Amino acid sequence: MLRVQGLNLSVPGKVLCRDLNITIKPGECWGILGRNGSGKTTLLHALSGLRVPDAGLVTWDGKPLPDYPRRELARHIGVLPQDEGHEFWGTALEYVLLGRYPHSRGFGITDGDEEAALAALQQVGMADMAQRTLITLSGGERQRVRIAMLLAQAPQHYCLDEPLQHLDLGHQAEALRLLQRLAAEEGKAVLMVLHETLWAGRYCDHILMLYDEGRVLAGSAAELMTLKNLEELYQCGLREIETEVGSYFLPA
Amino acid sequence: MSRPFLLILFLLLTPLSLLAGVAFGSVDLSLGEVMCALAGKEAGLATDIVWQLRLPRVASAFACGGLLALAGALLQALLRNPLADPYVLGISGGSAVAALAAMLFGLAAAAVNLAALGGALAAVGLVFALGFGRGGNMVRLLLTGVVLSAGFSALISLLLTLAPGAQVRGMLFWLMGDLSQAQAPGLAWGVLLVALALAWWQANSLDILGLGELKARSLGVAVRPLQFGIYFTASAATAAVVVEAGAIGFVGLIVPHFVRLLGVSGHRRLLPLAVLAGGSFLTLADTLARTAIAPQQLPVGVLTALLGVPLLLFLLTRRT
Repeated sequence: MLRVQGLNLSVPGKVLCRDLNITIKPGECWGILGRNGSGKTTLLHALSGLRVPDAGLVTWDGKPLPDYPRRELARHIGVLPQDEGHEFWGTALEYVLLGRYPHSRGFGITDGDEEAALAALQQVGMADMAQRTLITLSGGERQRVRIAMLLAQAPQHYCLDEPLQHLDLGHQAEALRLLQRLAAEEGKAVLMVLHETLWAGRYCDHILMLYDEGRVLAGSAAELMTLKNLEELYQCGLREIETEVGSYFLPA
Repeated sequence: MSRPFLLILFLLLTPLSLLAGVAFGSVDLSLGEVMCALAGKEAGLATDIVWQLRLPRVASAFACGGLLALAGALLQALLRNPLADPYVLGISGGSAVAALAAMLFGLAAAAVNLAALGGALAAVGLVFALGFGRGGNMVRLLLTGVVLSAGFSALISLLLTLAPGAQVRGMLFWLMGDLSQAQAPGLAWGVLLVALALAWWQANSLDILGLGELKARSLGVAVRPLQFGIYFTASAATAAVVVEAGAIGFVGLIVPHFVRLLGVSGHRRLLPLAVLAGGSFLTLADTLARTAIAPQQLPVGVLTALLGVPLLLFLLTRRT
């Protein structure tokens, strides 16, 4: 269970988050929404131990993140950062296998690792491309392989920064259903930065909205995903179109 | 390329290159004579040539080639840049300035080597302080190295201009890399074995570093200490070569790519194979440098480029 107490975050010249208190429990799926530059990524990094906050405490199962040995923390919390580009000449399978690093003892890849990696590729529908060289894959295929690496890492808590990057509509839905299943069936916690309000409303049960001046709204998606909140969040007039699968918010 | 084939290729290449290095030279010895000499059966000219001249030289060449390939592979991983080579961070430049200055003052070979080492260490320290210092990142490290290299190049040109004509030839040999002065393969071998062991131990982390710093940290890799470790391991490897043989170009850039183009990707296999390939390549190039226009010797750095360029271009165009 990830617990955030009195979290303050800022970058030079800008307060991003002031006195945030939330608890992310197993089985929950959280979405982070906000305008460009509002601090979504910075917040995600702080909540996954990649960034030291200005003030406040982030704990996993009661222990502050910096107190964990790095590899042990990587078995609890896994991160899909925004694509940093990569220097990798191997196959998709070899790439996904790197996700097993926190579980490795000493050297070498065990059969268990290989199974986990293949199963992860299967889950994102890339099993038949396991032996393809990574650089020959398309952007969307590569993104699915990156998600597979995170699945192979098998953490308890998933942090994803724009996981839908490069994915077509069908694969966007598939990726989100996969994450929802992880939460609902395996009791994992999911926290992700999203731009698509339709997806956030449909697949997230909790929402974090980052406003100016470090004000953060946190709560259930049903309560927060309103026309008024989103218009203020994106500083843009919106229209709400209700459908049987959720509400569309379109610029007015 | 399939794994067994690769293994056979490398297992054959290494002893063949070493044998070629011992068998060929400016004095014609038959293979039988060389074998007798190697077995130490009888004292004589052949035994002296093989044991006193060729074996130390071949040992130096192989160690230097291995060190350069290792340093190149490490720096390509550290900087996440396929264009990185052992000299990109200015080690050879700093070393060359000091060595050429020592030559200009007419110091003995041992003093020139010492100056080369001092220059290399000074460059390593300077690039480290400026590139890794407060808020440092790999782009800054790379730019710092490139800028300092440019500065060193200017100083090298200045020294070449100031030097009397008779000295310029020796200086050019040093700059292009030359194993004819190589005397002490022991040091190079020691550095090679330690550096390879250290790097191999971190092979998984090196693979993960290629994914980017954030991803590496999120997977539990201690990125900063790893970067320091790679930097100093690669620097020690490069400095050992530069002191032993000057700035031999090209091996460190192309050999890691050569091995990758054969289909090897993970550092667990890439690093040892690159060391074998680099060692064999430099041994063969040096053998050619000694024999092509014997008794004249060519600087081996010229041959590494002349042999390496077409080979790598061929592989690049074949692989899509």
